[in-house]
Amino acid sequence: MFRREGRRGGHLFSVFEALAQPQDRPLAVDAAAAFWAALAEAAAGPGFLPPTHGTVYGTLLNHAETLAALGNAVNAAPYKAPPRAPVLYIKPRNTLVGHRQAVVVPDDAPELEIGATLGVVIGSTACRVGEAQALAFVAGYTVVNDLSIPHASYYRPSLRNKCRDGFCPIGPAVVARKLVPDPDSLTVTVAIDGKVAQRSRTDRLIRPVARLLADVTEFMTLYPGDVLMVGVAAGAPRARAGQRVEISIGGVGRLETPLVKVQR
Amino acid sequence: MKRARVAYAGAVHDAFAHAKGVQLVDGRVLAEDAVVWLPPFEPQTIIALGLNYGEHAKELAKELTISAKDEPLAFLKSPGAVIGHRGQTRRPSGVTYMHYECELAVVIGRTAKNIARADAMGYVAGYTVANDYAIRDYLENYYRPNLRVKNRDTCTVLGPWLVDAADVADPHQLPLRTLVNGTVTQQGNTRDLLNDIPALIEYLSGFMTLSAGDVILTGTPEGVVNVNTGDEVVTEIDGIGRLVNTIVGDEWFGRA
Repeated sequence: MFRREGRRGGHLFSVFEALAQPQDRPLAVDAAAAFWAALAEAAAGPGFLPPTHGTVYGTLLNHAETLAALGNAVNAAPYKAPPRAPVLYIKPRNTLVGHRQAVVVPDDAPELEIGATLGVVIGSTACRVGEAQALAFVAGYTVVNDLSIPHASYYRPSLRNKCRDGFCPIGPAVVARKLVPDPDSLTVTVAIDGKVAQRSRTDRLIRPVARLLADVTEFMTLYPGDVLMVGVAAGAPRARAGQRVEISIGGVGRLETPLVKVQR
Repeated sequence: MKRARVAYAGAVHDAFAHAKGVQLVDGRVLAEDAVVWLPPFEPQTIIALGLNYGEHAKELAKELTISAKDEPLAFLKSPGAVIGHRGQTRRPSGVTYMHYECELAVVIGRTAKNIARADAMGYVAGYTVANDYAIRDYLENYYRPNLRVKNRDTCTVLGPWLVDAADVADPHQLPLRTLVNGTVTQQGNTRDLLNDIPALIEYLSGFMTLSAGDVILTGTPEGVVNVNTGDEVVTEIDGIGRLVNTIVGDEWFGRA
């Protein structure tokens, strides 16, 4: 199960390949595997691969405070009305990196916005699932750092702001659903260079996890290995190249991302 | 070469165009309606362009706060929304405006990062036809166009063929059109793309690495109209393919 770390294709990869390689089905960590993962990490250090292989979807404005921060602007142009259905977006595959993989801060961005969110990893094909059954379609949970170049408008932001290479660190692993009894009662903490920069709670979601799955799968099937980010809390902190971002979600994991300058 | 992926007699097959329809790699020649058509490749990142034809941009300009002078208007779709040739697309009951979009789809063949315009065409594996439906009743002004409008199950149709780039003399001189129940409702030519294929590859690869299997839906010309349950919608690009789709109602999906 363990192999020595090395470099392949210019990327660091993990010694813990069985966990970190994308699998045909998402690989959920049970308690024993989590122990071994922690051991492998401690022993081996840098660079995990993303633990999932499907499409990664984000949910916009799903935190009560994030929506409240918009205030009356939701009724003015360009929005003209508050959101009705879940507003979703996609983080493409070039954005996905694993735990401890460095992310390049582009030259044209002095700092990045740190979008800390719980990622719900789908375990079985979820199409038109009812709220009461929704969690049964979940393989587990992971930590996602939905990075953006800060931008004020939610109207039609350019892909440049959210889709740069490496802009979606995810992991370290998928923690099995059975080990996370209540995904709507988790604390999400962002630390930058070891200092707490933001703390939020998943119990502030406008659509809690099961409700969100029901509303999304009404029009869009989610497949095994897909990830649905539940949404970023208000007041997302910012960080610069040279800083180290850590997102911890109690019981799910701690995702570490060093931000680096463009290499020349 | 025109390649397809089809299901036939208990298996999924790679297949090629044939005068009588389609030929599986194992040699069997079959009529077009004897096989189930899958998307001709497995799409990875799907990038779609809005307002990339001059006249269509004008058509929609009144409701938009951007102009074509701005950077290309690109958004993402997911592979889950994709179906193949001769498929069925669901029109939810009660909606008032669901429209097709006939688009040239450019399939990336190898890893592309920071590619200059002059080199861009070397990264194209081939082309196919896309019909990228939208249901405008669901439009909301957050992260437009929101996925509930543009990324619904069955609402992105790709095929029938992946046509090798080498077999398309000039992808910027391709007449395209849509026929609803046999009547032409939309016509255009890829020479009118506001951002042509090299411009799109240069723009996108300048901030995100493109890889083999990624696909760029280059946008649609003017002439989108509402379609209804029972309509046959044919999106067609000369030299690339004729993509047939049928609009079906909720009852087909056990929703009625």
